[in-house]
This record gives sequence, C-alpha cells and structure tokens, in this order.
Amino acid sequence: MTSKVKRKLTEFLFLLPSLIAFLMVIIVPFILGIYYSFTDWQGTGAVSQSVGFANYAAIFKDAGFLHSFLVTLLFTVLNIITVNVVAFIISLLVTSEIRGRNVYRAGFFIPNLIGGIVLGLVWQFIFTNIVPSIGSSLGLPTLSKSLISNKDTVMFTMVTVNTWQYAGYIMLIYVAAIQGISKSVMEAAEVDGARYWTRVTRIQIPLMANAFTISLFLTLTNSFKMYDVNVALTNGGPVAMFMNKPVQASELLALNIYNTAFKYNNMAQGQAKAVIFFIVLTIFSIIQVSWNKSKEVEA
Amino acid sequence: MAKQAAAPIERMAGYKPHKGRTIALEIVTLILFILFMMPFLIVVFNSMRSNTDIINNPVALPNSLSQFWTNLTDIWNNPTFNFLSALRDSVIITILSLAIISIFSSMAAWVLVRNKTKWSNFIFFCYVAAMVIPFQVVMFPLLTWFKSVGDFLGIPLLRSYQGIIFAYLGFGEAMSIFIFHGFIKGVPLELEEAADIDGCSRAGTFFRIVLPLLQPVFVTVLVLNGLWIWNDYLLPLLVLGANGDIRTIPLAVQGFNGAYVKQWHLIMTSTLLAMLPIVILYLFAQKYIVQGMVDGSIK
Repeated sequence: MTSKVKRKLTEFLFLLPSLIAFLMVIIVPFILGIYYSFTDWQGTGAVSQSVGFANYAAIFKDAGFLHSFLVTLLFTVLNIITVNVVAFIISLLVTSEIRGRNVYRAGFFIPNLIGGIVLGLVWQFIFTNIVPSIGSSLGLPTLSKSLISNKDTVMFTMVTVNTWQYAGYIMLIYVAAIQGISKSVMEAAEVDGARYWTRVTRIQIPLMANAFTISLFLTLTNSFKMYDVNVALTNGGPVAMFMNKPVQASELLALNIYNTAFKYNNMAQGQAKAVIFFIVLTIFSIIQVSWNKSKEVEA
Repeated sequence: MAKQAAAPIERMAGYKPHKGRTIALEIVTLILFILFMMPFLIVVFNSMRSNTDIINNPVALPNSLSQFWTNLTDIWNNPTFNFLSALRDSVIITILSLAIISIFSSMAAWVLVRNKTKWSNFIFFCYVAAMVIPFQVVMFPLLTWFKSVGDFLGIPLLRSYQGIIFAYLGFGEAMSIFIFHGFIKGVPLELEEAADIDGCSRAGTFFRIVLPLLQPVFVTVLVLNGLWIWNDYLLPLLVLGANGDIRTIPLAVQGFNGAYVKQWHLIMTSTLLAMLPIVILYLFAQKYIVQGMVDGSIK
C-alpha cells in the first residue's frame, strides 16, 4: 500500500514541473488574452472595463489590419510555391548521381541555421546596396533603386529571403522521402525504359505524397507566422494606399499585431488581432488534420 | 532489403550512370550552390572593407585584410553590441532551457504513456491542442502576468534568466512531450517490470532504465528546441527587453543595427560574429542536426 502511494507520488512529482510551466506560460495567459480582447485593457494588471465586441468591430474597419491580412495571405501563397518548388528541385539534384552531393545537402541547409534577424539584415544590405549597384551598371532602371523601398517589389524581396532561408529545410524532408523510395522500383522503371522525367513524375512524386503534405503545412504556418525577417528586412515599409488610407506595404500580421500594441499603444486591439490570428491558424491545423485523416483512409 | 533486391537488377541491366547528364547536373547544382552561398560571401567580403569603400562601390572585393582586423576590434569593443556578453547570455539561456525542457518533458511524457487513465489522456490532449496556440495570442498577457507573479513571489520573471528559461519551458514542452510520447510508446514495458521486481524505485526505473533508451529522440528534441531558442527574437525582446542587462545575440544584433546611422561595414561584421557560433557547431554536429530536423518534421 505505502509503495503504491509512493509510486503515485513520484509520478505526480514527475508531471508537476511541466504542468506548472504549461499553466503559467500558456493556459493562464491564453485565457487572460481571450478575456482582454473583450475589454479596454491598457496592458497593465489593472481592472479593465468590458467593451463587448468593440475591439473586433474596430479591427475589421482598420485598413492597416485588413491590408496586413491580405498581404500575409499573398506572402504565404507565394512562399508555399517558391519554397517547395526550389526545395524539390534541389532535392532531386542532391539525390542524383552527382559528386559531392552530401556536401551540397549540408550546404543548402546552412541558411536555416541562422536567425531571421541576422539574415534579414544581410539581405537588407544586398537589396539596398548590392542589387542597385549591379542594376545601374547593367542599365536596368527597376533594379537601380532599392527593391525594398518600392511598394510593388517589396513582397518579392520578402519571398526571396524566406525561400532562401527555408528551402534547405524543406529539401531535407524531400531528400528523406526520396531516399525512402526503394531503389529497385526506380531501377526497374529505368530498365523498362522509363525516361528520367517519367520516373520523377510517375514514381517519385506519387510516392512522396506524404512529404508534400508535411512540407506544405510547415511552409504554410511558417510563412503565416513570419516575424523576424519582416522586422529586420523591411520593418513593414514602405507606405502604400489601401481603402484610401495609408498603410504599410509589407507589414505582415505578426508585425501588425506587435505594432498595434506597442507602437500605437492599443493593447486591447492588438490582443483582438492576435485572437483572430489564432483562429486562422487553428483553421489551418484542422484542415491539416482532416487532410491527413482522409489520406489514411485512402491508404 | 532494398539493396539486396537492387543488386541483381544492376547486373542484369548492365546498369551504368549516364555520364553526360551527370556532368550537366553537377554544373547546375554548383551554380545554384554558389548563388545560395553568395549572401555569406557578401558578409565575409564586406566585413573586410571600410564604410567609405562600401558606399563608393558595394560590389567589389576587399583590398586589405587589415581592415577586417579594424572592423573586428571596433565591433568587439562596441558597448552597444557587446558581443561577448551577448554570446554568454545566449549560451546560458539556450543550454539551461534545453536541459530543463528535455528532462521535464521526458519525465512528463513517460508518466503520461505509462498511466492509461482518463486524466493522463486529457493532459496529453491539452498539450497537443496547445501546439496550435501561436505565441502572438499569449505574448501580451504573458508580460502582465509574469510581472504580477514575479512581484507576488519576490522573484523577478521579467528581465531575468529564470523568467525567460521558465517561459521557454512552457513554450517548448508541448512539442517535446509529443515527440517523447510517440517514442516511449514503443519502449517495451518488460524492461521496466523487471526493474520493478528487482526493487528499483519508480524514479530509479526512469533515470536508469528508460532515460538511456531515449537517446535518439533526445537529439530531435534538443536540435528542434536549440535552433529555435538560439535564434529566437520576439520572446527575448518582450521578456528581457530591448535594452535590458541580459541580451541574447539576436537582440544585440538588432540593437546595434538600430543604434546608429547605417554603418554597413560594422553591421556586416556583427552579423558575421553572430553567425559563427552556430555554423561552427554545425560543422561538428551536422549529422545530428540534420537528423533532428528531419525526424522532428515527420513526427
């Protein structure tokens, strides 16, 4: 009996540190966050007045937020395409018979090791100094000025940097999937006279369906939550017009939420935006889970 | 199995790689690789140049190595950047967070796997569900909450090591418990029962029998959390503050970047220093980092 009690006590103590941290860091702030989004919270611990859905009504009239939402969706879609196309091409290259493929695999992953702040700064230098210098010596007017300070090209710079950073990681997932395909299948197809491209499209791609799903959703959430590259590369700029109001051309949602709270000192509206952000991400996850479930049924 | 099956086919078909195509692929890969590595070359070259050189001609090779030494001493002694103290703070925060995340998560996951009760299922479900919660929705209330709890306990949670490490435990453990949980399910119960019969305590069973078996999955948990914590910007910015006494490397880089009119030669040198530790680590632990990233994504 005592040993059984002791056993239960040990197990409880094993769970305790994790549970305390979970409660203190996630659960309580999460519940407070939902509550604050319905109040006129000022960011202090002071008691706040309930305002109902006023914060939500305000943010859906906020041109900056709506623009930010659309820009984030655009960025996410573009990024999913470029990251996965680049990663897939590289993964085919580094699993072919070329020499030094292991060195290449390791090398393409390096950008992923380095934080978004550092990378964002490096690319800010490239887009504000290196590219204009090359552009003007080649006599290309669009490239002669900074691509970051032009509202029509700033999104291109964000996608470039994120693709460069993230493609190496997605490449690893594709490489693992390609290596998981039995060599004999590929060789049998070759013996049967299937050309290289046929083998890629008819054998490799269908057998890699799972890796594509994983990569798709990883890129989706990663792009949607993008913050540090955004801060260090463009910091939201330049100014653009949206619904007849000036907005920040490259301000993604995560940055918009932060700026609402700390730059414009509107904590309650920032929190309401964060709740919307959470709901959208939850919808993505539900789609992902049900997608995976339906795949399992098929298999 | 795949290899055995492949061997006879190779002989049968007189299998040989296509020489011409391989060389073409090698050239394409090499060009792509050089493009990918270009930003790093730009950082290294421009760390070796003076600001006037860079402004006069951004695209040029460095002309003297002594300028690199000048930049390095300038940035090394710069009180705003203060690389050594940032490196120390990043190392302390990353290592201690990793230690408590991996130990506490594995302990909790083990208890959750070995107890088939309604409660353990519920707790595990909460952790999995919490993985959807983005940082943005808890970050503002977390600050208020940490301030109140810190005042109440008399232990500051903001601008302190213990506060940020505790926060990392909270944000990192859900995914870590999920990964450990999946692995421990496959660990045979017989080992633990034998230890139990031999009179080993419950805690002893975990630390002496189960923990050593978890080594491969520890790599995944350490790599995923390690890269995230080392490069994280937003949580340290909020919990430690932009100008606090404790500053991680990303905070120091961004702080230095925002402090002066753009001095690109020093900014490039600062990013070079910021990249070095993780790239050096990667040279030694490449196999583990790649394996950890792949396993973590496919979890």
